[in-house]
Amino acid sequence: MSQTTQAPLGTDMLTLKHAEHTIIEDLSVSFPAGKVTAIVGPNGCGKSTLLNGLSRVHLPSTGRIVLDGQDIHRLPSREVAKKLALLPQETSAPDGITVKELIRFGRHPHQSFLKQWGMDDRTAIQYALQAANLEDLGERLLDTLSGGQRQRAWIAMSIAQETPLLLLDEPTSALDLGHQIEVFDLIRELAAQGKTIVMVVHDLAMAARYSDHLIAMKSGKIVAQGSPKEVIQPSILDSLYGVQCDLMEDPSTGAPILLNVRRSRPEPSETQATTAPKRQAQRDAVSA
Amino acid sequence: MFNPVQFWQRAPSQRPLVVCFGLLFIVLSGVFVLSLLYGAGSVTPSQAWQVLLGHGTDNAYFVVAELRFPRTLVGLTVGIALGLAGALMQAMARNPLAEPGLLGVSAGSSFAVAVALLLGASAATLAMGVAQIGALMGCVFVMAAARLQGQFKDPVRLVLAGAALTSLLTALTSILLMYDQRAADEIRFWVTGSVAGRSLDNLLSVTPFFLLAGALTLYIAKPLASMALGEKVALGLGHNPKTVRYIVMLIVALLAGSATAIAGPIMFVGLVVPFAARAIVGPDIRRTLWMCLPIGPLMIISADILTRLIAQPAEMPLGVLTAIVGAPVLMMIVRAKRLPTLS
Repeated sequence: MSQTTQAPLGTDMLTLKHAEHTIIEDLSVSFPAGKVTAIVGPNGCGKSTLLNGLSRVHLPSTGRIVLDGQDIHRLPSREVAKKLALLPQETSAPDGITVKELIRFGRHPHQSFLKQWGMDDRTAIQYALQAANLEDLGERLLDTLSGGQRQRAWIAMSIAQETPLLLLDEPTSALDLGHQIEVFDLIRELAAQGKTIVMVVHDLAMAARYSDHLIAMKSGKIVAQGSPKEVIQPSILDSLYGVQCDLMEDPSTGAPILLNVRRSRPEPSETQATTAPKRQAQRDAVSA
Repeated sequence: MFNPVQFWQRAPSQRPLVVCFGLLFIVLSGVFVLSLLYGAGSVTPSQAWQVLLGHGTDNAYFVVAELRFPRTLVGLTVGIALGLAGALMQAMARNPLAEPGLLGVSAGSSFAVAVALLLGASAATLAMGVAQIGALMGCVFVMAAARLQGQFKDPVRLVLAGAALTSLLTALTSILLMYDQRAADEIRFWVTGSVAGRSLDNLLSVTPFFLLAGALTLYIAKPLASMALGEKVALGLGHNPKTVRYIVMLIVALLAGSATAIAGPIMFVGLVVPFAARAIVGPDIRRTLWMCLPIGPLMIISADILTRLIAQPAEMPLGVLTAIVGAPVLMMIVRAKRLPTLS
């Protein structure tokens, strides 16, 4: 792919293991600059593990994660944090913290023991509040916000981090529909300003609607990648989820829409049969 | 103008730290003076007051300057150490029940001291280092035992591991003392926890450790604060949660070890002090730590004054009193509908 050379983030023969169990093996992938990439796939396909690997939470067994051409684990943590912001799936903040105080944490990588707080920090926080449309809520306690507002506050923290890259793990998983749209709209705006965004998304329809680039994973491998239109194909959905469906095009956005989703026949499908031993192996790995 | 009602109505995390610290510092100063005035001895408060004004009797001067003053300073030191150690442990484990006394850190420290006594050291010349190494081992052991899948999420598990470790170490300490009557006598008063009869030499010997602990605390305060948002977030912000945890354990060992070496294992102070600090200024560890500085000594010195007055002319051991005050607080936390979380 031509993008490989200019991609700010990617993996190179990456292997990630949980204890002895290999989740992802020899995976090489890159994430196009300035685009929203959504990683999708069935439960246990390794998409969250991949994101944890990219965010340095999960250490690679072999292979590398490449950030701007350098091995991410050879860079100082603070340098990585200036380039790569991360929003985990489950976030929790101490009671009584305000939106602004949360956003301030985003400035940590830019501060040091000698340079504690400066004009650039103030500007960045003001900008983050503005970008996340939270200007009127800066002094509010985080607990008093709606789910969507709270998630926007967390994203605002990563905006204040001023990184060209943003990783999000299921950023809308705990939100109702209206709040999901609120968050995805913000993500689109950030991409429009030039951020490279990589997110794990559970909801395929949302992923198709709000991403430029889809990566479909199964059993730790990439089954398909490309534009949502290229990836959302009946055959690919069948191999991913074991479902059949009809496809339509959203007349207003051009995004693919899934209709009449049903289980594939014959049953059990070939794909389920191949995953069964792996599931068993996973269970063994957990119990061991 | 300063309006107390309005001040108290603000969310704890929004109250100005300087005001909170200032108010408690004033209260602490008052209690410090009270500690010089009141005591079990024959010197009355008014006689002691004369000493403070510069013209008391020789006997009163001796009691105030040589007995009550060092004792109060020891209370100040031990209070600071235990309060900070408790707050740091709680922040590191993201667990409101983490406390050097409950988690076996103090027990590790007193076990190490008992071993040292058995090997010939006398209580007066106890090496701080021995107590600190014991505290560090207790700390490492209990954290390793309670750490499940890289998380200390379950507050109860940590306390259970701590209770087990404390019982084990206390039993081992008893066995050691059975074999050595001299050590048993040396340690009997010490092991219940007390700030009485400690000389100023003790304080001088902990000073370097306190300075080191203070410098390290300043160094890790910010990363530690970000760990309240979760270790993943802290990592994403460019911190190293693992390194921070090791440094916190080292600081806790330095502080709790020093406190235990001076005053014996004192339970619950490390639990109650950060609890009070959070109630006043909210959960941000950087604010909590500042508040522990006056609250820790306030609690120890107040308790110590009570120990002198409750059972006159005898004295109740300080460790007994803090347990009587602290245990109900723990009960209250356990009884609460929702365990307060630090995350």
